[in-house]
Amino acid sequence: MPHQSPSKAGPEHTPSGRTAFLDGLGDVAPLNIGTVPFGLIVGVAAASSRMGALAGWSTSPIIFGGSAQVVTIDLHNAGAAALVVIATALIVNARHVMYSAVLAAHFRPFPTMWKYGLSYLMTDQIFATAVTRWEGVVDPFYKRWYFLGGALGLWVPWQIATIVGVLLGAQVPDAWSLDFAIPMVFLVLLILAVQDRPGMVAAIVGGAAALIGGDIPYNLGLVVATGCGIVAGLIAERWGR
Amino acid sequence: MSAWLIIVIIGVGTFLFRISFIAMFAKRDVPAWLGPPLRYVAPAVMAALVTPGVLAPDGAIDPTTGNPRFFAGLVALVVAVVTRSVVWTVVAGLGSLWLFQAWF
Repeated sequence: MPHQSPSKAGPEHTPSGRTAFLDGLGDVAPLNIGTVPFGLIVGVAAASSRMGALAGWSTSPIIFGGSAQVVTIDLHNAGAAALVVIATALIVNARHVMYSAVLAAHFRPFPTMWKYGLSYLMTDQIFATAVTRWEGVVDPFYKRWYFLGGALGLWVPWQIATIVGVLLGAQVPDAWSLDFAIPMVFLVLLILAVQDRPGMVAAIVGGAAALIGGDIPYNLGLVVATGCGIVAGLIAERWGR
Repeated sequence: MSAWLIIVIIGVGTFLFRISFIAMFAKRDVPAWLGPPLRYVAPAVMAALVTPGVLAPDGAIDPTTGNPRFFAGLVALVVAVVTRSVVWTVVAGLGSLWLFQAWF
């Protein structure tokens, strides 16, 4: 049962951009419990980095992706060759190609500038939230304002958290385990995203493959696991026909 | 190569990844054969984002009291299935994790 609110009534009823923006903002808000402490850590790492605090922090607006930012700062600290740093960080971010493929049909009616802007803001979190909450939503006007609200609801706190990490060295104690909030949110979105038996097979195989492939470095395990899940879902679909 | 140039190249590359299919299919339809596989990206990637952090936070699957995240994850799974609410699941997951961390 997809999440429904009165503002998503359907194409004949166009809610305001503001309503959609706030829906997106509200849906991503709990994710910040997990991402803000991570942002503080990235900021602290940037402050003491060999590239300097400003360059280290600039990864937040320029790259905007926590894992890739950490990899960039760490490998540069370690004196890795420029090409190695670039290739590794890009491999970490390769999963965005999959998200782009899924979002392409949704984004198609958007004005061009919106496509560029919203693509820049893409993350695991807004992707997972949007595709789940958009189940049954057709209105592209609603979708673009929803995506903007959700994406900025993650982008702004991330920029602030990394600045605070740089300037104050502030960190949340590990014992609080706030990072656990992120898989919790993905868990709910997963349950909402599983609509049928092939979807469930895709999830089970994808989740299991991520465990087995946990040793594959640089988020490539995530891409491989997703690929396994997709193939399993397709097989289950054929099977059930 | 200066650190700035490295960062900018990674930023541009990441942006190109993010916009890749969105730009490619700006003017024409996503081909029909891509539809079925794309349907399973969301459930597969979300499961892959969940399982390592819950079942194997230290790299290996660990369903013992040495891994309170496993048990907190089970509590959260039940709450997520029953309530389908992000807020309640985060509260239940984090709350039970703190409880198990204090208890074990």
